[in-house]
Amino acid sequence: MAGKKERLFVKGNEAIAMGALAAGCKCFFGYPITPQNDIPEFMSKAMVDAGGEFVQAESEVAAANMLLGAGACGIRAMTSSSSPGMSLKQEAISYMAGSEIPAVIVNMNRGGPGLGDIGPSQGDYFQSTRGGGHGDYRLLVLAPSSAQEAYDMTYDAFDLAFASRNPVLILGDAIIGQMKEPITPREPKQVDPEEGADWRLIGAPNSREHRIIKSLFLMDGELAGQNRKLQAKYDAWKKMVDFETFEVKDAELVVVAYGSIGRIAKNAVRALRAKGKKVGLFRPKTLYPFPEKALEKLAKEGKRFLTIEHNLGQMVEDVRLSVRKYGDSDLFCVYPGNMPSPDDFEAPILRALGRK
Amino acid sequence: MTKAQQAAPVAGEELVFSRPASMVDRATHYCPGCHHGIAHRMVAELIDELGLKERTIAVSSIGCSVFLYNYIDVDAVEAPHGRAPAVATGVKRARPDKFVFTYQGDGDLASIGMAEIMHAANRGERMSVIFVNNTVYGMTGGQMAPTTLIGQKTTTCPGGRCKDTEGSPIRMSEIIAQLGGVAFCARGSLDSVKNIRQAKKYMRQAFEVQTKGQGFGFVELLAGCPTNWRVSAIAANKRITDEMIPYFPLGVYKDIEADGTCGSLIQGGE
Ligand SMILES: Cc1ncc(C[n+]2csc(CCOP(=O)(O)OP(=O)(O)O)c2C)c(N)n1
Repeated sequence: MAGKKERLFVKGNEAIAMGALAAGCKCFFGYPITPQNDIPEFMSKAMVDAGGEFVQAESEVAAANMLLGAGACGIRAMTSSSSPGMSLKQEAISYMAGSEIPAVIVNMNRGGPGLGDIGPSQGDYFQSTRGGGHGDYRLLVLAPSSAQEAYDMTYDAFDLAFASRNPVLILGDAIIGQMKEPITPREPKQVDPEEGADWRLIGAPNSREHRIIKSLFLMDGELAGQNRKLQAKYDAWKKMVDFETFEVKDAELVVVAYGSIGRIAKNAVRALRAKGKKVGLFRPKTLYPFPEKALEKLAKEGKRFLTIEHNLGQMVEDVRLSVRKYGDSDLFCVYPGNMPSPDDFEAPILRALGRK
Repeated sequence: MTKAQQAAPVAGEELVFSRPASMVDRATHYCPGCHHGIAHRMVAELIDELGLKERTIAVSSIGCSVFLYNYIDVDAVEAPHGRAPAVATGVKRARPDKFVFTYQGDGDLASIGMAEIMHAANRGERMSVIFVNNTVYGMTGGQMAPTTLIGQKTTTCPGGRCKDTEGSPIRMSEIIAQLGGVAFCARGSLDSVKNIRQAKKYMRQAFEVQTKGQGFGFVELLAGCPTNWRVSAIAANKRITDEMIPYFPLGVYKDIEADGTCGSLIQGGE
């Protein structure tokens, strides 16, 4: 698809779809909802051209369950939605986590609760990082702050999903999805046809036992065993934490923000640095696993924190837990319906900086 | 032991009946008189007869028959309650060369999973659906189902189902037959040997429309649940004959090979 140094001018939503295509995604199951419609629209053609399958499902419930079925067959598959649709997908996501089915799920977060609005929001942080559906599970959660990162994270997400046999969630928002900017595409992946060969469903030849992919474990001790296995998997993810730091070295105050808000906050930090203010930025790229050790280290060095989020305060709980031995975090929350600019963040950052 | 084993005939004796090769040798968890075991066996026999074992992927649903995968020796995935047709859509789209079937109860298919069954059928997904209608939610203790007959007592309609408050029992085969993607749709019953034989023929057709790539295959099986009906196994069979069949008429509702239209007249009354 892409030549060597090719640059494309695309929306974040399109970047996600292109990243999935280049990663070898072969099935896409969607349902219309703003602000992610560019993804299914792109995939409705791209999947067919790639010899794959596109289904506009009857609901997000069905789309997520189609994903479950395709994933159980060891095929690279994906669904995308936005907040109200994500609520509907949660049962299937819980089943996929419980039965260890790899899949990639995209949430272009919009304002809530309820029907909310169609603008950007980070109101689904808890839902994304705490599992979201019922039961004791986690997703690997990646939060892009640009179209390029949206592309790259989606491109990598399929490998991560298959390596850990777990759903991976890309958490963007209306800003990331709708913003148009240049991206550099990567080489299309050659997916190993034997991917998942030791567990996927493909019909049981007489030479092997039949396989059962399930999340029901009724026998004494069975579920405990399964959940211990899941816990070990989630623990092993900790080495995959990823984050960006900017001007934190001599910073007295570190702004913690992710996704689109992280990008806006970076510009605010840059502007304040130009005015001689000792502020920095810490932007988690993985929301689960959360970069708690890195934040703890900064807290130990005596830095103070301001969490900025596009919600009433959700990630701040993780920041506070990370730094609790040495300090705390202030919070600046942006309400839905607002598109903050870097200027909007300068005053709260200065207030937090001055509040010794 | 999970692999099916054929009993070796004793010298001088002829083996006339044995467990299907695709049936796992293990004790059943089903209650005495339950018809799921018969329906399971029919599925296994057909998988053997049509030579589908090595390319079948089963989708089990939530209900007493979630454990289908413990009894049928094929690859299987467990779907959330009602979602088996969506899961099977994903399976079939991912692996179009496989034989894919769902096995669902009436609570699963005709209540919580109504949207998924309708749309999978309408899209004409190349899959086969075995729908076991026992007029109750068996696994959760015999609550009212969408197919519970008028006047039938269950744990959540202890005074008997009332049309004015709970609506009429849903006739799924009649509904499914209307949808464009359906290649075969029929209702059989498990109350007698004669009906079981006929039902198996329907199941074969529902499997074959998939293997021939013609469309969606659907078979409803009227089945007994003596435990939750609070009757003996024999009385359960009689109840199917006397009460269920008049309301849920047996027969072929759609067969594109025969005439391409919906078949039997809907009789029986409310
Ligand atoms: C979302 C959800 N709701 C409810 C249940 C509980 N539940 C398990 S089985 C079942 C009913 C099954 O009845 P039916 O489909 O008629 O099958 P049967 O057990 O009679 O064979 C219900 C409601 C569940 N597992 N998931």
